[in-house]
Amino acid sequence: MPQSHVDNLAAPGPLKVGPLQLFLAFSQLALSGFGGVLPWAQRTLVENKGWLTQREFVETLALGQLLPGPNIGNVSVMVGFRFAGYAGAAAAFAGLVTGPFLLMIAAGVLYQSYGNLTLVQQALSGMSSVAAGLVLATGVKMTASLKRHWRPWLFVVLALAGVGALRWPFLAVVGGLAPFAIAAAWREQA
Amino acid sequence: MDRIDLSALALHLALLSLMAIGGVNVIVPDIQRYLVEANHWMSAKQFAELFALGQAAPGPNVIFLTLVGWHLAGWSGATVATLASVCPPFLLTLGATRFHAQNPDAPLSRAIRGGLGPITIGLTLSTGWILARSADHDWRGAALTLATVALMLRTKLNPIWLIAAGAVAGITGIV
Repeated sequence: MPQSHVDNLAAPGPLKVGPLQLFLAFSQLALSGFGGVLPWAQRTLVENKGWLTQREFVETLALGQLLPGPNIGNVSVMVGFRFAGYAGAAAAFAGLVTGPFLLMIAAGVLYQSYGNLTLVQQALSGMSSVAAGLVLATGVKMTASLKRHWRPWLFVVLALAGVGALRWPFLAVVGGLAPFAIAAAWREQA
Repeated sequence: MDRIDLSALALHLALLSLMAIGGVNVIVPDIQRYLVEANHWMSAKQFAELFALGQAAPGPNVIFLTLVGWHLAGWSGATVATLASVCPPFLLTLGATRFHAQNPDAPLSRAIRGGLGPITIGLTLSTGWILARSADHDWRGAALTLATVALMLRTKLNPIWLIAAGAVAGITGIV
């Protein structure tokens, strides 16, 4: 197999970083990441710790986006594995999830105790409207990556119509659209 | 409210998690359909509120499913929902990393990425659409959602400030 980005990413770096350090670093960046973890991951891994170069970070992220799951979760697995094998991957991923998990439990306790208070209901109502807007904006920003051609837009509209407007099951819509979308993208580059 | 079947929930989340290419927002519409419409385990309003709380907290977005699990069945629900939604992608990524199974420059990888890209965008917009429909009760809620979109597109504001502004707008009765 020829040397590729992936080989470079999986190869052990010159630095020695153990599972505990990975756990702590990913805990820290997960809990700092109000409003999105990725900027903090970049700051921590590249600028503060120097575990990855800027380019390695971008390549790791690009690969992470191809795989299911949270992008930052996939980054944690790849970075952890690179420095400390299976234990490192597990430690980095556990670090990313444990702190937010406990925080969510705390939020759940508060929601159940106080979620019905008028004041909290009002706050939650405003927060829900904003949260919907945040997701819509993310979707709109992602359209910048589309080619200026009607075909990708057709798949955007079909997925939105099927899952968003008609509420058809995800598997049926994606299973029906994905083969055509991939075949179209394959033909375009050929 | 129907009885909550944790093993069915775990299986559903585990299957969906393997399709969450680009993050959890892609599968939120189906999670909502499963919890609210198919099983009546919570209302659309509660789902939108839990999602908003998850967005307000730090950490990967998928963690809002911990909150959903807690709401449904306490500690066991939170643990099951979290493990079911994070373990399958974790193992898959570990496998892909271990065996160098993916080459980002191979033609097939590029076709998959190029083909799934637009669908991912459509699904992300679906999530926003569904959340807006259950969160925005009148034109003022819709205006707040649209203002959020505009601010996110035109400024580099940290989203946490917008969530805080939403809470203030709700408390002061603007929405």
